[in-house]
Parts: sequence; C-alpha cells; structure tokens
Amino acid sequence: MNKSNFSIFTLVLAVFGLFQVSTVKAGELAEAEFDAKEMIMHHISDAHDWHVAGHFSIPLPVILYVPGSGLDFFMSSEFHHDDNAQVLAKGKYLKYHGVIYIADEHGKLDFGHEEPIVGNEVAEELDLISGEQDEALPVDAHADVAHGYPNNAKPLDFSITRNVASIFVSMLLLLLLFGAVARSYDKNGVARGIGAFLEPLIVFVRDEIAIPNIGEKKYGKYLPYLLTVFFFIWINNLMGLVPFFPGGSNVTGNISITFVLAVITYVITTVSGNKDYWMHIFWMPGVPVVIRPILAVIELIGTLTKPFALMMRLFANIAAGHILILALIALIFIFKTAYMGFVSIPFVVFMSTLELLVAALQAYIFTLLSALFIGMAVAEHDHGHEHGAEAHH
Amino acid sequence: MELLTPSIGLVFWATVAFLLLLILLRKFAWTPILTSVKEREHRITDAVLQAEKARAEMAALSANNERLLNEAREERAIIIKEAKAVGDKLIADAKEKAGVEFNKKVADAAREIENQKMAALTEVKNYAGKMALEIAEKVLKKEFSDPQKQQSYAAELVDDLKLN
Repeated sequence: MNKSNFSIFTLVLAVFGLFQVSTVKAGELAEAEFDAKEMIMHHISDAHDWHVAGHFSIPLPVILYVPGSGLDFFMSSEFHHDDNAQVLAKGKYLKYHGVIYIADEHGKLDFGHEEPIVGNEVAEELDLISGEQDEALPVDAHADVAHGYPNNAKPLDFSITRNVASIFVSMLLLLLLFGAVARSYDKNGVARGIGAFLEPLIVFVRDEIAIPNIGEKKYGKYLPYLLTVFFFIWINNLMGLVPFFPGGSNVTGNISITFVLAVITYVITTVSGNKDYWMHIFWMPGVPVVIRPILAVIELIGTLTKPFALMMRLFANIAAGHILILALIALIFIFKTAYMGFVSIPFVVFMSTLELLVAALQAYIFTLLSALFIGMAVAEHDHGHEHGAEAHH
Repeated sequence: MELLTPSIGLVFWATVAFLLLLILLRKFAWTPILTSVKEREHRITDAVLQAEKARAEMAALSANNERLLNEAREERAIIIKEAKAVGDKLIADAKEKAGVEFNKKVADAAREIENQKMAALTEVKNYAGKMALEIAEKVLKKEFSDPQKQQSYAAELVDDLKLN
C-alpha cells in the first residue's frame, strides 16, 4: 500500500516537474521493485480511503452488510492502510487488494493451500505501528499472500469508497454550478457570469442532442435526464484528469458507474417504448413472416447490447486514458531515472490534452446515443413499414 | 477480472446519487434555466415578428401615402387643366361677347347718328322749306302786287305747264 502511496505521490510531483524529489523516491522504489501493473491497477480501481498525499489519506466510512449478522459501520482508518489482509478491523474483517473479506476463525484469509507465513501475532503488532507496517513486513510475506484469491466469504460492501465520495463531490459541484446558472438570469432572461458560459452547453444538449433525436414534441420529458447524464459524465471525466485531491478518482472509468448510467438509459428506453417500438422488436413489419421470429430474437438481444455498448464504451475510453497516462509516468520508475521525465512528461501533457477532448466527447456520445435510443422507443411510425432498418443501429 | 465486475456497493451508491442529482438538478437547475431560455426565445421571436409587422405596416403606410400623393397630383393636374379650359372658355366667351356688344353698340351709335343726322337734316330741310316759302310768299306778295304782272306770270306758268 505504502509503495503505491509513494508512487502516486511521486506522480503528482513528477507532473509538476519536481525532478529532484522524484529522483529520490524513484531510487527508493527501485529497491522495492516497482510494479507498474500493480501501481496502475491500484490507481484506476476503487479504494476504501481517499489518498491525498504521502502517508495522508482521508478515512471514509466502511459500511458492510453480512446476511444474518446485520450491518457493520466503521471508518476505513481501522485497516491502518493495510491492503494485504494483515489488519483485522472490528475483529473480523480483512482487506486484501481493495476487497473486504470476513476473516476465518484464525483471523486470516484462506487461500486454499498451505498456511500463510504471517500469523495473528504479526498482524496485531502491525496494527499497533499502523502506517508503517509495509516496511516492517518481511518481503516474502507479500510474495506468499499475493497469490490467488481467498476462499473467505465477502460481506456486501456498501462502503462510501473513494469513487462514491468523488461522485458526491461532483454532485455538489454540479448543484453549485447549475444552481448558480439558474440564479444568473436577469429580468430579461439573459444569463450573466457563469450562466453566460454554461447556458450554450445546455442549449447545445437541447438543440443538437435531444430535439433532433427524440423530436420536438417529446424531448421535454427526457431533457433533464440527458442534461444530467451529460454534465455528470463530463465533470467526472474532468475530475478524473486532475492528478491530485479531490480529483484523480476513476469514476467514469469504473464499470459500476457506467453500468448504472447504461441501466438507467435502458430503463427509460424500455419504459418509454410505445407500441411501434415493441412491434418492431417482436413482429417486424415488412419482412416475410418466417424471418420475423429470428429477427425478434436478434432485436431482443439488440435492446441489451445497446446499453451494454454504452457501458463498455465509456468505461473503456476513460480507463484507457488513465492507464495510458499512468503507464507513461511509470516509465520514469521502470527506467529508474528522472531524466526519463523529459520523455514522459511531454507525452503525458499531450495525452492529458487529448483526454480533455475525450472527456467531453464521451459525455457527448453517451448522451447522444441515449437520446437516440429513447428517440427510437418513442418514434411515431406514421409512414408504414420501411423503418425496420433503423432499429439495427 | 475485478476491473470488469460491477461492485454492488458502488452500483447502489451511484444509483442513489445519480437519481438524487437528477431530481435536484431538474428542480433547481434545468427547469428554471430551460424556462428562462424558452421565455427569452419566445420574447425574441415575438419581438422579431413585431418588428416585421411594424415594418410591413410602415411599408404599407408609405405605399398608401405615395398612392394618395399620386392621386392628389393627378387630381391637381386634372383640376388645373379643367380650370384652364374653363378660364380659356370664359375669356373666349367674354371676348366674343364683348366683340358682339361692341359691334352692336357701334351699330347702334351709327344708327343713332344717322337718325339724328336725318332728323337734323329733316328739320333743316323743313326749316329751309318754310323759309323759302316765306321768302317766296314775301317775294310773290311784292312781285304780284301789280295785277298785270300777275297776269303775265300766270300766263308764263301756263306755258310751262303746257310744255311739260
């Protein structure tokens, strides 16, 4: 954990061109065998506490539900930065690679083979020295525990993780921003200040996304969702590009979040679907009757692949951007020289700029496709049967 | 792979947070903003239409004015022409009438003069006749106081009568 803490801290400094500091850290890390994959995966995954800088992390609430024994609530600081199942929290929970498990009767994880070397005594000792435990651990302890997945039961984890906290921050930002926009109108209905800047974006979503795809008559009902999803994705994409607190979380590059957004679009589409929409799915007009059942199967799968593509597209684009930037930074540590920064940093700057574009583009694409799917579901087919093709997009 | 498996807690919180955000933004941001934008757009459309209408009215008005002016001009021309014709005719008539009157007057005067002249001449003739008669009477009275002379004259007159 500390290793990763260090590398992220170093990343921040490297981005700001503090090469001297990073030389020192890189030297230290080189001895601890820098693992780029682990660093990157750690960075783009969710976490139970919010790392700010160095050894300082903001503890976040951990909320666990174990069927049968109820809810457990404690702060993530009870794990004392442990991520290797060494520290028992509440006497029964262990955190291993970002996942919380219920410890077995010995207070450890069961990997289904020989006994792990590190026992309870070590864990308790580590508990006392808290933040420093990684350095205190024998190297082979890592090596042993790091293989395979534990067989232990997992509680249902409803923790306020770093991503959840980031979502709350972005919510607050959005409410403040657009609340200010709503209040920036003068008596002539002209937006001043921040409203003058953000109103064109709102009007863009309305005039270029909602109205062309859903139609003049029906867009009003769906516009609030499209606006919310557009700005939610955009602001979270942008926050993800900020390399330090409170940015840096990989919210829109996390499959859970894109899953939720895609499901909401799917639900809206399905609920809004009119007779024509279902007709075109289950009994496609204008094609031979023999083919209709086959088309029905394809169309039915199509209703699911559309939101699935939405989910994957956003997740993959944003996660890939994060991975690319982190990989470029990792080069500095792989080559063990700060001078690599002269190569990495320009690339990182270039990629970050590109990611700024991707941030807006992916928000636009998600919103546009959501509008398109909703538009298909509510379209009035007043001119017969030649519309079947449009359902295949 | 863990990266590709949605986790229940995150899904739960993301759903709750997003729906809450949707509700709050719809109430406090999108509805007032979109209402303002729509109202402003209506106002602008109305203003443009109004301006268009006013311009059309102005155009119609000025066209009307132009037409009225043209009509007035034509009317004036006609009136002037008519007045001129009437005036010319009046003058011509007056001239003619004056000429006729003049001629008549001249003729009357001439006739009067003639009459007066005739009267005067008649009077002069009558007077001269009378005078001659008186003179002749006196001469005769004196001449024919002697009966011999009377005789000889009568004889002469008789001779003359015979000759005629």
